[in-house]
Amino acid sequence: MPKVDITVDGRPISVEEGSYVLQAAEALGIDIPTLCFFKYVKPYAACRICVVEARDRRGRTRIVTACNYPASEGIEILTRTPRVVAARRLNLEMLMSRCASMPVLNDLAAKLGIEKPRWGTGTDTCILCGLCVRVCDEIVGAQAIGFASRGAARYVTTPFEVDSEACILCGACAALCPTGHIRMEEAGGREVVHSEITLGPNAAIAVPFRQAVPNAPRIDPEFCVHFRTGGCKVCAAVCPKECISHDDADRTEEFGVGTVVLATGYADLDPAPLKQYGYGRLPNVITSMEFERMNNAAGSTGGRILTERGEEPRTIAILHCIGSRDEDHHPYCSRVCCMYALKFAHLVKEKTSAEVYQLYIDMRAFGKGYEEFFHRILGEGVNVIRGKAAEVVRAGEDCEEGTLLVRCEDTLISKFREIPVDMVVLCTALEAHGDAKEVARRFGISVGADGWFIERHPKLGPVSTTTDGVFLAGGCQSPKDIPDAVAQGSGAAAQAMSLMTRGEVEMDGAYAVIDEEICSGCRLCNDLCPYGAIGFVAERKVSSVNPALCKACGTCAAGCPSGAIRALHFADEQIFAEIEGILS
Amino acid sequence: MSFEPNLVGFLCTWCSYTGADLAGTARVKYPPNLKVIRVMCSGRVDPSFILAALAKGADGVLVCGCHPGDCHYVEGNYKCQRRLPITRRLVGEMGIDVRRVRLEWVSASEGKRFGEVVNDFTEQVRALGPLRLQEWGFDRDAADAELAHEGGAHA
Repeated sequence: MPKVDITVDGRPISVEEGSYVLQAAEALGIDIPTLCFFKYVKPYAACRICVVEARDRRGRTRIVTACNYPASEGIEILTRTPRVVAARRLNLEMLMSRCASMPVLNDLAAKLGIEKPRWGTGTDTCILCGLCVRVCDEIVGAQAIGFASRGAARYVTTPFEVDSEACILCGACAALCPTGHIRMEEAGGREVVHSEITLGPNAAIAVPFRQAVPNAPRIDPEFCVHFRTGGCKVCAAVCPKECISHDDADRTEEFGVGTVVLATGYADLDPAPLKQYGYGRLPNVITSMEFERMNNAAGSTGGRILTERGEEPRTIAILHCIGSRDEDHHPYCSRVCCMYALKFAHLVKEKTSAEVYQLYIDMRAFGKGYEEFFHRILGEGVNVIRGKAAEVVRAGEDCEEGTLLVRCEDTLISKFREIPVDMVVLCTALEAHGDAKEVARRFGISVGADGWFIERHPKLGPVSTTTDGVFLAGGCQSPKDIPDAVAQGSGAAAQAMSLMTRGEVEMDGAYAVIDEEICSGCRLCNDLCPYGAIGFVAERKVSSVNPALCKACGTCAAGCPSGAIRALHFADEQIFAEIEGILS
Repeated sequence: MSFEPNLVGFLCTWCSYTGADLAGTARVKYPPNLKVIRVMCSGRVDPSFILAALAKGADGVLVCGCHPGDCHYVEGNYKCQRRLPITRRLVGEMGIDVRRVRLEWVSASEGKRFGEVVNDFTEQVRALGPLRLQEWGFDRDAADAELAHEGGAHA
């Protein structure tokens, strides 16, 4: 595009021919008010507030809309002449006469010096700027809304005024609407959807949470408009460094390593199948993880503890051992729940005035300072009930204290109790990932019946595994709290480091050797070896073991028809001697 | 006094031996009749080990390895799985009840199961009674001498 020289309020600027005057003024820092302009959609000149005076080279002036008036060589733009101000006032007053009194109009009126609009105010909250319609069409590409009727009767609506299937609920129209005429509402009147609370900003492109590594925004393809309609890409247009690519995809990369630390973590038990607690069925029955996200100050609730209706709960019950210490689910203790449940109680007390009930089987405050914390919580007036919750039901209409009822047996007073609460937090069991077995097989290690990876020895080898160079850290080995996970992770890292810094691997003394005097060269062992450690030496017509590849399983020694292979440390005569010894 | 069978067990070091270890740490009770010989892999179990154990006075031999697909050495247990039936047939042809030789899969996490397996095998062999090879004219000393004569190959 060729450049043209224009002036705005007497100040010269060189711009691309055909670019709009409004942008030139913006570049010079000259403010031109507008209600319907948005950089990323085509100008529409609907509000007519951005009017300016344009004087061509022959000296003729006329009133034009700056947002869509193209720059041409030598034109002079005047933005503050009495004629311009009068035109803006007139246009705004006419707009105000049909619209309700709204901040966006009132602020502009004050700026233009209108004390009282001459023709009064109307009732419509839509200013017909068309931002919503244009963004839906040009950026989102959904074309779910448009204008209906003409002239004074014009309004924004969906086609045929029915709920549009074209709408993808992106909310772009509501976000751009200057007056709040278009709003996003949660169907069913829920202010907070606990299962959808995120740790960071609730946006399709965002840094997932403050401590994320790498600390960079990422696009969530599930919510990104581009991946649903093929349009938008506003983020890429906004980014001054052109960092955003919508074409990036997951890649599989292969690289060789000498040591591996498995730190695949744990999964949370889905409490929905435990029907008695009503998760997913009753409102305000949430998991501990959902509660924790809600507590995050950077999360979508800003750290406030809220019920689905967006109110502060009056009472909260925290139910321990949901799926843990339960013969029907996981027989083991999940280890961390007692302490985080106490922490929850402390946070609730700190942030709200709610009553807190803890329903536990046994209070397992096992670590350093933990028992002391438990006593501190007791001092804060938390109600602790020894007895596992039996069920959670909806409270009756006449219940004034809560919307839910928790039923349990208080085993310390041997009484059946019903506790009315507004919110129930389920401390769900920590369980192994569903694919733990597959991962274990890939790394040549074992998993226990519960799916946790098995360490080399429960006491003497809690970090290493049966495969040399593969170490375990954290929740993938068993449920553990942060100090334990950090300790194990440090141990795993140190063990891996000690292997790496040595630069060479110490081999086990056990491997197979072939007595070439006896070997007949049948090559049976060549196929028996799972590691391809045995090769055939053609010139001597015997097989030979590469000790660096041999893992000492001894399958070849057992299979050699001439007994030429000796599995060191597990040689035939050693085993025969053992047999002799134990049977004598 | 009831008959206490003399049993020899060949346990692979990664799954079954660890499983037996777990049975110990977990304080699982099982009969003391089984004497364990650790091998790196069930694939190391040469049929001659089983025959030697029976010849030298064992009333039964138990071989334990990793579950199919879990072998630390990829496929050693499959080799054992193919050798064992042949060994059992050989044992049977010698007139020895094949139930005296048994192959079981015990993983590292199955301490309890290891106890059950040993329990079950002990009871089974107890019911079969002692293996009286001498009564059938088997001369252990002569067999030993013969084995020794064969030299380094298999003894």
